[in-house]
Amino acid sequence: MYKYDEYDQAIVDARVEEFRDQCNRRLSGEMTEDQFKPLRLMNGLYLQLHAYMLRVAVPYGTLDSRQMHMLAHIARKYDRGYGHFTTRQNLQYNWIKLDDAADILAELATVEMHAIQTSGNCIRNISADQYAGAAADEVADPRPYAELLRQWSTFHPEFLLLPRKFKIAVIGADEDRAAMKLHDIGLKLVRNAAGALGFEVYVGGGQGRTPMVAPLIREFLPADDLVSYLEACLRVYNRYGRRDNLYKARIKILVHEIGADEYRRQVEEEYLHVKTLGLDPPAAELERIAAMFALPPLDPNAPGEIERSDPDFALWLDQQVVDHKVPGHAIVTISLKPTGGIPGDASADQIDAMAKLAQVFSHDELRVTHAQNIVLPHVRKADLYAIWTRLEETGLATPNLDLVTDIIACPGLDYCALANARSIPLAQKITERFANLDRQRDLGEVKLKISGCINACGHHHAGHIGILGVDRKGEENYQLSFGGSGAEDASVGKIIGPGFSEDGVVDAVEKALETYRGIRVEGERFLDTYRRVGPEPFKAAIYEKAPA
Amino acid sequence: MSLIRFRVDEAHEEPAVTLDAFLGQSNATAVRVEPGEDARVLLPFLDRLQLIEIAFPKFRDGRGYSSARILRESGFTGELRAAGDVLLDQVVILRRCGFDALASDHVLDLAKVEEALARFPAVYQKAADAKPPVWALRHG
Repeated sequence: MYKYDEYDQAIVDARVEEFRDQCNRRLSGEMTEDQFKPLRLMNGLYLQLHAYMLRVAVPYGTLDSRQMHMLAHIARKYDRGYGHFTTRQNLQYNWIKLDDAADILAELATVEMHAIQTSGNCIRNISADQYAGAAADEVADPRPYAELLRQWSTFHPEFLLLPRKFKIAVIGADEDRAAMKLHDIGLKLVRNAAGALGFEVYVGGGQGRTPMVAPLIREFLPADDLVSYLEACLRVYNRYGRRDNLYKARIKILVHEIGADEYRRQVEEEYLHVKTLGLDPPAAELERIAAMFALPPLDPNAPGEIERSDPDFALWLDQQVVDHKVPGHAIVTISLKPTGGIPGDASADQIDAMAKLAQVFSHDELRVTHAQNIVLPHVRKADLYAIWTRLEETGLATPNLDLVTDIIACPGLDYCALANARSIPLAQKITERFANLDRQRDLGEVKLKISGCINACGHHHAGHIGILGVDRKGEENYQLSFGGSGAEDASVGKIIGPGFSEDGVVDAVEKALETYRGIRVEGERFLDTYRRVGPEPFKAAIYEKAPA
Repeated sequence: MSLIRFRVDEAHEEPAVTLDAFLGQSNATAVRVEPGEDARVLLPFLDRLQLIEIAFPKFRDGRGYSSARILRESGFTGELRAAGDVLLDQVVILRRCGFDALASDHVLDLAKVEEALARFPAVYQKAADAKPPVWALRHG
């Protein structure tokens, strides 16, 4: 894991004091709310319906037990005893007082954490594959590059007041576990024919009101040129991205309006100039960073057999555990999606419990996933039973990874000032309807995602089943869409027909999944069946008139 | 309006003309660039320009930062002035993008400006100022 040196620490410490000063100037009235807003947003402080929300950065979703314990401590001391893991691999607190914000940042800084650029119209926390460095299928670990970009983008003087927020994801495997093509910039590590490491660069993806899968802008960017090339990508956006309309200000609109070819031409032209400026850190810097992401010492001769006689354990094992690239080891995903729970929420005690597990069993490392779960990336297979036992004790052993109850949901109208409808109660109802695990397992992989408004923070466009809450004449109404995917086969879902009430949409989801069960062929997921047969059978089942 | 300069030469007295006016009549030595205008059209004239004023009608519009960097990266050494809704909390990034004069619509307290500029002990990336990025400090 990356460890701060004196420079990193000094920069984060200085930021705490800067923010304390900014808060004081706001509280004294020296600064207007209009002037303060972009400053607090750049520090992750966001005004929700009832209170301030503070979003803490978890760079590329990687953290250690000390940091995880600190998150639990802050939840207890400054919030209501819980935190919420987000789709950008961060953690947010929902009940923060402005007076406490600087003190919280100061506590975070003691464990090399911050809230820098977790909101606002700037480059946000860089996200990455949660299995990075542990997965067998990757070309190289994306996290050293993500850290390089974290540093490059932190307080980048030219790109702090962009037309709109800017999200970057980096992956290193063919299987896309980070929804890379739905980012403003998606980077995929590849090797070219000569064996050199570089990136496929995708620009202009995104969700929100205008969902778009990012087009490929550069087929092969030598890895050493990453900073210069992104500087060029961002400069073109900063200069020409629309600023006349908030809803058309993301880079996807620019790329769409001028076309991927013209955007590419402008970037390449800018890049020719930028590349002469010497902005790329030397190879030694990447090596310094990469050394900190070295694989922990894992014994390749560790026993690979797992005692499966406990059926509940075996269920969990089959659903939550995948092989590590080192024999005898595994990657564990801890579900934060219990039946009736709030997707992504964890109590301070649970956060502490996961920290402890990481310390004892996972070389002191955890990951946050964009699907709002937690990963223990480096565990011995021989320890899995002990891990499961402890997860059971803390209510964290739900075996539903990638099943229909592993729901992504935005905070919705329970918290968010932008929302039109509630997301959390709907997610809870769906988990209750499908609580039977045998049934869930029979339905197989279903990615169900719920957003409480058109801004799509719950990734509904990328859901195999997507649900969008809207306001219809003062009533909450839910639109249902099918066929989206945030994975390597990225696509945007299509609305199936007229919307539903909260209970109605739960029924409609059930009818769609039962229809799938009836017509699927061997090995097909819901998404595959939908893509093969199209919307008609689902539509017919959902909107079928009740018999007279 | 307050003018804070980080240059030792005398402030340029001639008022800045609009970009259109500058391109039309070519003996002006001071020009003003609005957020939507392309600073690159000035590149052939940098030698005789003494002042380029970059307008910030709203502090949240960050296009002027790119304009400034492009001008500095192209060798402009005259006065680069940020003019308009220029606030204390943008001073650091303005300086890093190459501005060496601030003409703010607000009252900027020089002591606070200096305090802000001294706050961060290091920077992560190379920009238009002379500060070495941390990667240069780490690796000599």
